[in-house]
Parts: sequence; C-alpha cells; structure tokens
Amino acid sequence: MTTTTAPSTTAHAGVPQHVLDLVARVTGDEKHDPSAHSTLDVVWTLYDQVLRVDPEHPDDPDRDRFLLSKGHGPASTYAVLAAKGFFPAAWLDDVASWDSRLGHHPDRTLVPGVEIGSGSLGHGLPISVGLSLGLRHRTAARVVVLVGDAELDEGSNAEAIAVAGRFGLGNVTCVVVDNRSDNLGWPGGIAARFHVEGWATAHAVATDHATLAAALRRTDPDRPTAVVVTALKGDA
Amino acid sequence: MSTAALTTNAPTNAPTNAPANPPASLDMRERFYAELDPVLDAHPAADVVLAVIGAGYMQRAIARHPGRVFDIGIREQALVGVAGGLALAGRRPIVHTFAPFLVERAYEQVKLDLGHQDVGALLVSAGASYDLSSAGRTHQTAADVALISALPGWTVHVPGHADEASELLHREAGGTGRVYVRLSGQRNSRPHPVDGRLHLLRDGAAGAPLVVAVGPMLDTVLEATAGLAVRVAWTATPHPLDAGGLRALAGPAPVLAVVEPYLEGTSAAAVAAALSDRPARVLHVGVPGETELRRYGSPRDHAAAHGLDAAGVRRRVATLLT
Repeated sequence: MTTTTAPSTTAHAGVPQHVLDLVARVTGDEKHDPSAHSTLDVVWTLYDQVLRVDPEHPDDPDRDRFLLSKGHGPASTYAVLAAKGFFPAAWLDDVASWDSRLGHHPDRTLVPGVEIGSGSLGHGLPISVGLSLGLRHRTAARVVVLVGDAELDEGSNAEAIAVAGRFGLGNVTCVVVDNRSDNLGWPGGIAARFHVEGWATAHAVATDHATLAAALRRTDPDRPTAVVVTALKGDA
Repeated sequence: MSTAALTTNAPTNAPTNAPANPPASLDMRERFYAELDPVLDAHPAADVVLAVIGAGYMQRAIARHPGRVFDIGIREQALVGVAGGLALAGRRPIVHTFAPFLVERAYEQVKLDLGHQDVGALLVSAGASYDLSSAGRTHQTAADVALISALPGWTVHVPGHADEASELLHREAGGTGRVYVRLSGQRNSRPHPVDGRLHLLRDGAAGAPLVVAVGPMLDTVLEATAGLAVRVAWTATPHPLDAGGLRALAGPAPVLAVVEPYLEGTSAAAVAAALSDRPARVLHVGVPGETELRRYGSPRDHAAAHGLDAAGVRRRVATLLT
C-alpha cells in the first residue's frame, strides 16, 4: 500500500492508489477520471483522519456518524468504506445488480457503515439535527453530514441550518462540497448562509488534505460547524 | 401554515395556570398535552418534537423534562427529519402538529426519514378531517389515513374518546414501531377497548348487515342505525385492519358498510382483501374525495354536508337493506 500525503493541486493526489483502484471498481473507470468524484477527498480524509469509527463495531453507540446526504454520488463512500474494512471489496464489482447490497443510492439497512439511506436531496441535514439532539449530552459522538452546493437548493436544508444554529448544536459538522453545480448560484457565498444562523464556518480546498483535515477536526462546543470545500468545477 | 390556528383552535382550558392534577379532559387534544408529562416520566427514551403547534399547552412537560421537548419552529420538513435522526440515535420521538402539516406537507420525510431509514416514531396529529372547519381547506386533510396506510410498516389508530387516546399514547410511547395516532375533536360518549380488534357493539339477527364504525364515528353510527336491522361493530385501529375479526363478524356472504371519519374508501382495499374469498356487498361511507367543500362553519355543518351526520349515515346504510 502506498500513500501520498503531500498537498497537491492534482485531484485526489492525497488519496492512496488502492482507494482510487476501489473507486474504479465501482465506476468501471480505468483512467481514474478525477472529475468523477467530487466527494472522494472529503470522504477519504474523514475516514482516514477524522472520524472515530470502527469497522469491527459499526453499531457502537459512541461512534461518530457520517451522513452522506448527497446520496447520488456513493462510489467514493463505498470505496472508502471497503478500504477501511466495513465490507468486502468484492461488493464493489457489481454495484446496483439484483444481488448487490450497493445501489446507485445507498441503503443503510443493507450496508455496514452507511448511516442513512439517501438519494432524494435535502434529507441528511435535518436528520443530522435529530441525531445531534439524541446524542449530545449522552456521548461525545460527532455528526458529520455531507451535502452538495446544488443540494442546498432544497428548502429543508434552510430549516435545518436555522434549527441547528439556534440550538447551538456543537456536535454537528456540515460539509458542503462546492463544485459550482448549483444553477442559480449563491450570491454572497455558501458559508454566509450558515454564518448568519450562528454556525462557525471554514473553507478548504478538496485536494489540500492537511488543511481539510484540520477544518474537519475543529469543533466549537456551542455552535455547529460548516466547512465549505471547493472541488473541481463540474465534479459530479 | 398559520400560527393563528393555534389561537383560534386552542383548547378551552389550557393548563398554563392549571392545578397539578386537573380533572382529565374529555377533549383528545387537551388530554394528549396533559399526558405528555407522565409519558415522559414513564418512558425515558421518549422525546417530543413540535413545530410550534401545541408548545403553548404543555409547559408542565417542558419544565419538568428539560432537553426532551424540542419546538423547532414552523418547519414541518425538519420536524419529521429531526424525528428520524432522534430515532437513529435510539430515542422514541413523539411528533405532533396539525394533520395536514404533519402528513401531507412532510410526506416524503415520513416516507424516507422514518420508513426508509427503518426507524420508528409516534406521530400524533390534531385537527382531524373537518375539525378545523372554520379554518378552511388549508388546515384540513381527509387523506391522512390513506397516505400513511400507503407506506410500509405503519399502524394507524383513530381513537374515539380521550381515554382511548391516553391509553394509546402511553402504550405506543414505549414501543418502537411507526405509529400514527389521529386525535379528533369529534368523540363518542364512552371509551371502548383499543386493542386493535374489531368489536361487535350492537348485535342483531345472524346474517344481518354489519356496519363497521371507525373511531369517533361510533355514536353517530349507533344513532343512525337505531331501529334498523343491522349489527354494529367498531375499531380504533383501521390499519392494519382486524381482517380475521371482520371475516368472523361478516359471515359467508357479507353485507357490509364501513363508516370512516376521513376519506371515503380509505379502508376499501383492506376490506376487499379480507373478504376476497367470499361474495360481498360493501358500502364505504366517509368524506367524499371528488369535490372540495369551500365552506366554513362548524364541524357539525361539515359532517352534514358530507353525509356523515346521523341522518346522512342512515340514508346510506339504509340502501343496504333494500
């Protein structure tokens, strides 16, 4: 196993080759097209450096929760979970077949390590608020939810951003992977939507894993955190 | 939605300054609010999630259970999404607002954030069918039971008395399933067993037509069928329907009316499935779905307009006797 850890301007340069190979087994993409997986850097950094999860105990009540709200891009999450030993890598070879537990949108009841079934946009952030309320004061577990910049269009996110901010949910981190895929744009910036509701905000570039990991590790005890991660334009 | 409804439809003896042990209310919604405090005492995993509606009427529960009653503002999508997250954290969410906002506005959240995540919740609605008659169509739904019943794994209770509602609340707060309890301002004079079964409450000649009343329709059905050669059965749990009980009571050649206080025909598929092995003549009586009643007035006015008062039910049931 070789691991490249130096920051790079090349997409996914910080992601080990064996993980890229696992992604390719999902997508069938032999060239490892970097533009295909906007979430790979974030998901790999989370599981490799940030989240406290144990594939031997995927139901540990004290585990950190990662919620892939943007469920239409599960290839990178599947590959990272397989790389970390949550399920056999062979599962990656027949995604969305009749006999596969892995679909084009993930189902939490079928896949160890997948915390929510997602696909329809705008569900992960409100669920993360409920998870936070249920976990805080009972465990130190964090709740990290990944959304896309276009997914923020869904009004349910605005509801959840306001509630999490007003309730001061320090155990919630929302990662917005911004690949500028939103049709109408966000004048003033995405982070401003969170900041005005009382969230701590940070920016990172997907390929700078050191900065990204630092931003994803940082929490504030009295308010939720939003990390806006710039990914390559047009990444799915 | 409008918060004005909270004021205009407030319980008449909201317990803001009420004594610690007021007489048990006969209004289902008032009883629900009053019972939340003991329910949270008895069920340490239970939490309450609100979207403003009701928050002003449960101060005792809020004061005595800090951190267990969450009013998230007028945000019904997040209301159900938060409930899904709480359930994923091992909590037992009790979720409450008016029926159209709980079921229709947040329907995809009910489908995905609860059902698809394979977690449970106790949804408790107020404002059944035309309870909020003067508020107009925006505050009414007759389709809620049909919509919930169309999703996998739900139980629907439609109590007809505050004591029934209280018993269901205490029982289901300690459960794990997906449960919808539909509280109504319409009620029967006395409670009956809420055990999920169909109960024969007025017997008659063997083979006489059977009239099944659901929840708060019982007293109306009993009045409507006075002197008619029919039997009357009742249940507070239309979904899943007590199919075995229905087959036993209906007999080999059923002549049957089902009287429901919500969308007409909501239970038609369940009744047809229960009786698929025998020839049956079945009449479904409920809120007609084809036209919108653009009138205000009282719930009594709406019942009459829909043919759900005693006279209207009698007219419909009488057609089975010809």
